[in-house]
Amino acid sequence: MSASRALHRRRHVVNVIGLGLATLATLFGLIWLVWILGTTLYNGVSAISPHLFTQMTPPPGDSGGLLNAIVGSAIIIALGIVLGAPVGVMAGTFLAEYAHGRAFAEIVRFLNDILLSAPSIIIGLFVYTLAVRPVGHFSGWAGGVALAVVLLPVVVRTSDETMRLVPSALREAALALGAPKWRMVAQVIWPAARTGIVTGILLGIARISGETAPLLFTALNNQYWTANPANPMANIPVVIFQFALSPYDQWHQLAWAGALLMTVVVLVLSVGARAALRRRS
Amino acid sequence: MPMSQTVTPSSSGLVVPPAGQAEDAVHIAIRNLEFFYGGNRALKSITVDMLRRQVTALIGPSGCGKSTLLRVLNRMYDLYPNQRATGEVLMDGENIIAPGLDLNQLRSRIGMVFQKPTPFPMSIGDNIAFGVKLHEKLSRSALDERIEWSLTRAALWDEVKDRLGGSAMGLSGGQQQRLCIARTIATRPEVILLDEPTSALDPISTLKIEELIDELKHEFTIAIVTHNMQQAGRCADRVALFYLGELVEVGTATQMFTAPREKRTQEYITGRFG
Repeated sequence: MSASRALHRRRHVVNVIGLGLATLATLFGLIWLVWILGTTLYNGVSAISPHLFTQMTPPPGDSGGLLNAIVGSAIIIALGIVLGAPVGVMAGTFLAEYAHGRAFAEIVRFLNDILLSAPSIIIGLFVYTLAVRPVGHFSGWAGGVALAVVLLPVVVRTSDETMRLVPSALREAALALGAPKWRMVAQVIWPAARTGIVTGILLGIARISGETAPLLFTALNNQYWTANPANPMANIPVVIFQFALSPYDQWHQLAWAGALLMTVVVLVLSVGARAALRRRS
Repeated sequence: MPMSQTVTPSSSGLVVPPAGQAEDAVHIAIRNLEFFYGGNRALKSITVDMLRRQVTALIGPSGCGKSTLLRVLNRMYDLYPNQRATGEVLMDGENIIAPGLDLNQLRSRIGMVFQKPTPFPMSIGDNIAFGVKLHEKLSRSALDERIEWSLTRAALWDEVKDRLGGSAMGLSGGQQQRLCIARTIATRPEVILLDEPTSALDPISTLKIEELIDELKHEFTIAIVTHNMQQAGRCADRVALFYLGELVEVGTATQMFTAPREKRTQEYITGRFG
């Protein structure tokens, strides 16, 4: 009896220690996030002004806004999504539904994982030699292609994984009704995996929204207004990079504002889309 | 069931026999069927008949091959590269395990309901329409009629008629299974395969589905796999006992449960092995 009491007490102590350590580890991870968000919020909010959305990036010593960079970022990210997301979903579909169980699929998955963890500066250089050097100048198109290459492996992996999570009973049920395979995939598997696929695309968008290195070699920057992706284009990450390194206070302010803007957009995008998806399903 | 009279066009795939045709006409004749999972022989020279518009129950302990037999009948095993069948499965004389057969067309003639309910992630109405649209081009109103007809036959219409546009995932397990039955009969197959259709359901839902089977056998040839002896006794006209990939005995339900010829049948039915 006493032996079992001692055992229980020992387990209780171990439990308290384990729980304490796990909580501490969680707090340690959270501290950095709160710190980063707090600093961004503190410095960014004071730099927010209506000029941000109406004026171009200024020359040193002048006042201005981020309009050209906001529009540029929106265009380049949109290009990245349009080019990368459909290819990613189709490739994920191929891996999960058509090549599943074959050695070829494993090889493609392995290569995709390498691409997923490839340093983005290498992707930037790759697209530079592919789409900037031959043309002779930086462009929004090249920026979009670079972001698509960054987005692609994220979408491939998440759509492959969520589709493989769909129970095979659902596949058999669709085929047992006499459905050809493509209809089974398009009308049953995609809707069943929809939440995961969309979440994967959103994660990818969040990832490419902050990418700087691929854009340095492709879209570069543009002090002036342009909505034509054939030109070099301003974009928030490169502007933050350039302005934060500068010695000018006004540029620092704009860099903080840009950082806050990007954080808020990514946050709103992922939280909002997740909430919408949950309501629908 | 007034619905069945309003929508049973004679042009459907349903074969209505001339009056007087023998009720026990063979619908599916299985001859020397062998089945392999890789090198593992799961069915050993099975020869058995399934009679038109009768319920054949396949019983036997787990792993005896009864579910495998169902998956041969609608060629579900074709999905998996290392599975193969030899022998003959003659449906109205046509060998349905022959290579080159149009599987989508075969599966429109032989429907299947699985052990766990498998509603598609779409509305209740679309679940039914999905299968129908695969094989027929119907007007909106004809499609609506077919949806009502199949849901009525599956004893689900009254429960869902006000929320056909709602998600099928919101139904209870028993309702989902009846939806799957409705979805299967909506394509007007000749044969329905039921793979332990009530094993995941509560007793009330089970009762409803058994009553449903009793109704459906007037129109469809039914093969049901079940672990439940009482269910086999209640639903089946004929019972086939499998053991380790072999057919032990097949006979009418009455004969199998009261006067089995084989000792193993008697032992299995009384619960002494399996």
